[in-house]
Amino acid sequence: MERTHHKQEINMTETLMNRINELISHYPEDKKKSALLPVLHEVQDAHDNWLSIELMDKVAEILEILPIEVYEVATFYTMFNLKPIGKYMFEFCQTSCCCLRGTEDLMDYTCEKLGVGIGETTPDGLFEVRGVECLGACGYAPMMQLGDFYKEHLTREKIDQLIADCRDNKIILHDK
Amino acid sequence: MSQKILLDKINVPGIKTYEVYRREGGYASVEKALKSMTPDDVVEEVKKSGLRGRGGAGFPAGMKWSFIDKKSGKPRHLVCNADESEPGTFKDRYLMEFIPHLLIEGMITSSFALGANRSYIYIRGEYMWVFKILERAIAEAKAAGWLGKNILGTGYDLELHVHCGAGAYICGEETALIESLEGKRGNPRIKPPFPAVSGLWANPTVVNNVETIAAVPWIVNNSGDDYAKIGIGRSTGTKLISASGNVKNPGVYEIELGLSVDEFMNSDEYLGGMSSNRPLKALVPGGSSVPILPADLIFKTANGEDRLMTYESLSDGGFATGSMLGSGGFIVYDDTACIVRNTWNFSRFYHHESCGQCTPCREGTGWLEKVLWRIENGQGREEDIDLLWSIQSKIEGNTICPLGDAASWPVAAAIRHFREEFEYHVRFPERIKNRDHFVNEPFEKVRHLIAKQTV
Repeated sequence: MERTHHKQEINMTETLMNRINELISHYPEDKKKSALLPVLHEVQDAHDNWLSIELMDKVAEILEILPIEVYEVATFYTMFNLKPIGKYMFEFCQTSCCCLRGTEDLMDYTCEKLGVGIGETTPDGLFEVRGVECLGACGYAPMMQLGDFYKEHLTREKIDQLIADCRDNKIILHDK
Repeated sequence: MSQKILLDKINVPGIKTYEVYRREGGYASVEKALKSMTPDDVVEEVKKSGLRGRGGAGFPAGMKWSFIDKKSGKPRHLVCNADESEPGTFKDRYLMEFIPHLLIEGMITSSFALGANRSYIYIRGEYMWVFKILERAIAEAKAAGWLGKNILGTGYDLELHVHCGAGAYICGEETALIESLEGKRGNPRIKPPFPAVSGLWANPTVVNNVETIAAVPWIVNNSGDDYAKIGIGRSTGTKLISASGNVKNPGVYEIELGLSVDEFMNSDEYLGGMSSNRPLKALVPGGSSVPILPADLIFKTANGEDRLMTYESLSDGGFATGSMLGSGGFIVYDDTACIVRNTWNFSRFYHHESCGQCTPCREGTGWLEKVLWRIENGQGREEDIDLLWSIQSKIEGNTICPLGDAASWPVAAAIRHFREEFEYHVRFPERIKNRDHFVNEPFEKVRHLIAKQTV
């Protein structure tokens, strides 16, 4: 795995550690590793939505597994980000059913409005636009995921409003 | 109005909360099963009901339960597959989001039937807010004494937790799901051994879809025989259908199996016809993996019989002229849709989601995507169509898990039923440059160009 040069400040707060221990308690005592995915989600949410090598090593230590066991999982699942990303990541579902209802045009519109291409972050680090595969909201297309939530039945007007709300710090990303 | 089993209470205000759910008769099946039935009695009712796995494969649920190894004396587990990610499918999310206690009740009753004392709900990571809804609902159920030690004083113990994935379609395959639940990459396992013998942590395990488990309380409260009275033949009970695409009323519907496709598609009680008043071009009736049907095979089978929403009728004619009920992901296309583009889109999905273990799938899905992309973008060659056919036929059946088949079938069906559209793309590259090429000029208007060129 390529070593990243991005620095990440690791802050395992008491709240975070309590939540991690609660998640670990959901599995038998000798099966701590099973908590890996839920724990990675929690740790990532508490660290600007990405995982550095150092942070993954920390998770390995907590779950008493080898660092490689964390890396191989973090690289397999698309929801784990291995480098810093935009604070507000617009993840548009671009699978067929959403495309039938205009996703591609809406993605073009959003990219143009933010002045970025797909997969790029705005220079202020606020926004990133991505195309992802089916999010299970086909009947409410076009749609996107923003943090822990879905934004559905999207239109250009709703995109404008969302961008404005993000800039005004009105968007809640995680349900804690 | 047809009978509702899963969604009959969905509009009761506050049904998301424990108090209202309980007041409306919730958790009665747990009481009945734990106090007046043996685990085998519950299994027997589910067998009688004819309930089939609602995740897509349609395997009889009661039979699956009866395979669980009870002789080894190892701990047993029930795992609910809530990794809903088949394109076109969004029904499980609807149940979990709006009536979470129904799934929890079903998990308790079903775990009792299997003799499982530790069960999990595996939910896809993208449904994070639903994960939180389920966590809270489990805490409510536990506080009310439906989970934990010695439930209702019967001596039965159950621990139930919700576990989240992190963005991998493959984890909907039951052995990949188990790997993922063990904290590993979602690589499917070679079967046998089947999970019923060696599943989670090498213990006997049953994996069932959300909708399957949610049907169990009704079956226990009423009877397997009553459930079997709904539906037609081996397609018993009700099914949730997720409808999307170019229809007037997309959304989740509970139907009695046996409803005609025509009524589901066109009546105002259901989809209300096309959203655009444009002609119907194609239908994917059961999620992206199942064969796409052209307009003339949607409402009638090749034999001229009415096509019904049942496992049997939708697959009537085999892959030559039929499809599958699958997960009930009902995707409707009008004549502005391009079948080549849609097939490319699906192939991109499967390429992205292939776990990479088996060469035919890892490489083949990528080839399918690339070849389809060049056809869709005006760089296709005449021989590409046969090349696609050849690639898909070499993936199908040659992989550990069914993702390979799932990637092959949509490509095969698209070529089988819409070959002329592929030929049009290859022969008239300048006409398909714009991605909306069929919006102003649907294929029906240009089909004659192909006919002229065929020698």
